[in-house]
Amino acid sequence: MSIDPGFEASIAVTRFGLGARPGEIDAARGDAKGYLKAQIRDSGADQPQGQFETGAAHFVQVREYQIDKRQAKMAGEDPVKAAVRQIRESAQPEFLARAQLAAQTDASFRERWTLFWCNHFTVASKNLNTAVLVGPFEREAIRPHVFGRFEDLLAASTMHPGMLLYLDQAQSIGPNSPIMQMRGPGFPGRPKAGGLNENLAREILELHTLGVGSGYTQADVTEFARALTGWSIQGPETARFGGRFASAGAPGEFTFREAFHEPGARHILGKSYNQEGVAQAGAVLHDISASPATAHHLATKIARHFVADDPPPALVARLERAYLQSGGRLDQVADALIEAPEAWAPQQTKFKTPYEFLISSYRAVGAAPQDFTRFGPVLTGLGQQPFNAPSPKGWAEDAEAWAAPDAIVKRMSWSESFSQVAAPVVGQPIQIAQNSLGAQLSPPVALAISRAESRPEALSILLMSPEFQRR
Amino acid sequence: MTRPLDLTRRSALTAAAGIGVSVTFLGRQAFAEVGGSLAKRKLVVIVCRGAMDGLSVSPPVGDSNYHALRGEIAIAGFDQPGGALKLDDTFGLHPKLATVHALAMKGQARIAPAVATPDRARSHFEAQDVLESGSSVVYGASSGWLNRAMEAMGPRKIEAISVGAQAPLILRGKIQAASWSPGGYKDRDSRLPAILADLYAHDPLLGPALATGLDTEAMAKLATASEATITPASMVTPAPVAGQAPVDSMAMMQPQATEPAGRAYAQAGRAGAQAARTLGTTLAGFMMQPNGPQVAAISIDGFDTHANQGAAEGQLANRLAYLDAVVDGLSSGLGPEWRNTVVVAATEFGRTAHINGTKGTDHGTASTALVLGGGLKSGGIIGDWPTLQQARLFENRDTAPTLDMRGLFKGVLAEQMGVSRRALDTTVFPDSANVAPATAIIA
Repeated sequence: MSIDPGFEASIAVTRFGLGARPGEIDAARGDAKGYLKAQIRDSGADQPQGQFETGAAHFVQVREYQIDKRQAKMAGEDPVKAAVRQIRESAQPEFLARAQLAAQTDASFRERWTLFWCNHFTVASKNLNTAVLVGPFEREAIRPHVFGRFEDLLAASTMHPGMLLYLDQAQSIGPNSPIMQMRGPGFPGRPKAGGLNENLAREILELHTLGVGSGYTQADVTEFARALTGWSIQGPETARFGGRFASAGAPGEFTFREAFHEPGARHILGKSYNQEGVAQAGAVLHDISASPATAHHLATKIARHFVADDPPPALVARLERAYLQSGGRLDQVADALIEAPEAWAPQQTKFKTPYEFLISSYRAVGAAPQDFTRFGPVLTGLGQQPFNAPSPKGWAEDAEAWAAPDAIVKRMSWSESFSQVAAPVVGQPIQIAQNSLGAQLSPPVALAISRAESRPEALSILLMSPEFQRR
Repeated sequence: MTRPLDLTRRSALTAAAGIGVSVTFLGRQAFAEVGGSLAKRKLVVIVCRGAMDGLSVSPPVGDSNYHALRGEIAIAGFDQPGGALKLDDTFGLHPKLATVHALAMKGQARIAPAVATPDRARSHFEAQDVLESGSSVVYGASSGWLNRAMEAMGPRKIEAISVGAQAPLILRGKIQAASWSPGGYKDRDSRLPAILADLYAHDPLLGPALATGLDTEAMAKLATASEATITPASMVTPAPVAGQAPVDSMAMMQPQATEPAGRAYAQAGRAGAQAARTLGTTLAGFMMQPNGPQVAAISIDGFDTHANQGAAEGQLANRLAYLDAVVDGLSSGLGPEWRNTVVVAATEFGRTAHINGTKGTDHGTASTALVLGGGLKSGGIIGDWPTLQQARLFENRDTAPTLDMRGLFKGVLAEQMGVSRRALDTTVFPDSANVAPATAIIA
């Protein structure tokens, strides 16, 4: 497939990346594929800049708050509320730093690739515990592994306190586990509730790996949930679990609680797992990572995200092959995506999500959001509340979900507000249009920009143009 | 190169803040002067996402196995504190569903306690697809059954509306969907809408969306003018949801803290219920207009209660309070038109009959659907009750389905909106001739 080199540079920056900053399309011209491949690296994604606490520290903070709550309440309602607000608000600078990274990075393919995996392994703010762990989850479990083996990424996600809490794994207890055998009224360290929770097991199979309809059964889900019992988080109140029920691990980090683990072999997807302890579910994760169903599921999702809501089968097959031939190496899959001719079709079919639209708008004018209390509510209003995807499936991928009439009107409204502030200080709108869209800028839009009554109007037209709304 | 710029501190970005309740219209055809009484008929579908627990919505406290299966998350018996609100000897309603119960006492609410879609995979996303697409198989249709039902009503030219943060599948399809939310388009002197309409003229996605969006904005002014309390500010509830500043009312419809901070939690619940009621009255305001929509859909998230589900109070109770508040807002807002209205609330599947190890319930099969309206036929439960005897549980774990969800929807569409059996069997619910419509629901 021969591609107009002008288009190639625009596509590299807007479809693979997060939108062009001034000068970026020029930088990609000539060797667009090389420009993208240079962003793949063993050390994984960039980290948002700032001093952020670890997930473990956040977890300990919340647990200690919960433990102290009654005492604090005796001193009045306000300290409690203040503590809750403080804990929750700690997620805001983290989200802002992530948006600033996206707005300013020179390696925006790397960041788009990363955001894809953050959404694939969704953790959202469903309660106080998880609200403070979404950021650390992305930094600690996702970013380091996005160009490594999928198996490592899956393991890091599954072991992170954010995921263990979001999908209710931390308190899942084998019905025949040691602690259930021993439990009785007044027994020290006895869990309040005892039993299996199959939420994480199901979503790993359905969303993270094999995909729905790939042939696993309810029995596989339940058996996998049994294998996962004991995968939990070390509490700061570790002392209460002293003696024979102690488990290794620093407070707020992953721990394997032998005492919670369902003993015995498990039978999952036609295979027996006789391993003991943490190795049992580990072996399951290893096997399902290598499954062709997983390769197909991931390839389809990647192709859908980067290229088209209804992705070309040839592209899916290409990515699937790269995954299976490399033993699930994500750098190889990224490379195959860049090499795939289907990814370079000039037609823009992907409609930007609200986050992508806002970030690419900032990129177009060479700016970045500076204030969470302004940026966050705008995203919420556009339907994409910060760090709070509506379900474990993550944010919607298809144009129809985001291009609702209300959303278009809201985008228009935001564009006008943004342009009124930005236009006076960022240069000629037609120059911004050429810098941010390159060959994708259509003659009618260029004409409308040149005929605009004011710079803010011109910039609004650019941001709301069909080609800027898509990638 | 980089010139960080504080674009936001200075100006009017608040325009888009605090919104998120969106109202989506279908179609913009003129309201037809045909169809006689049918021209006034209204239908609202509430999609309760996350698998709503039917055994808590309409707890069968008279079923001898109920309390043993449910343990501490069971709803107490009829005459106990926090107990079920009595419907008959077997069933009650959750104590938070007081409005629904009051309607039931007037013959304006009925339950279908063991209804399920044809999907059995216990996957939220697959089952929601089947629930909304109306297909018998997952991803069998890319449009929603409510949209195709509109098509089937063809010459009557009827309008529809949906409420939710995103365009829901149930109303997607050939008829263009529109949407609205409070705090909408401010700058009415702007040339931008006209310029964009021109640039979008040949854009099949953005063109119709913008046109409908602007129309809806205009209608919203009228719809909200009559309700003084509906302002963008009143839709903003400073509740502790995600660690973000202003939280919109749809965010209140997402899962709440399983960590109830006492009074703060109850306050968040009340604020959420108030926002939900406002949503109901707003929607009623739209539907009451001369050219207003006759068909609407609403989404409420957050019913996936794997842990700490609660009973008379708690996580699920708060969601049900929101559902009840939406119904309250709708039924009171519609006033005299309530007698021409039917509301159906349904979920993708139910939850396990047995409490799980983390004081919640896992993915199950049949659940409860609610049918409400001023013109219902009186009668008992819709469908049969399979009971909770161990031997009767589906796959030894779930309430067994006795009624196909499509049959319930078909019955409502036929009796309320006059959709023909032929259309119901073929286009609205493809290949479903073997699924009989439920009957004798609407007078």
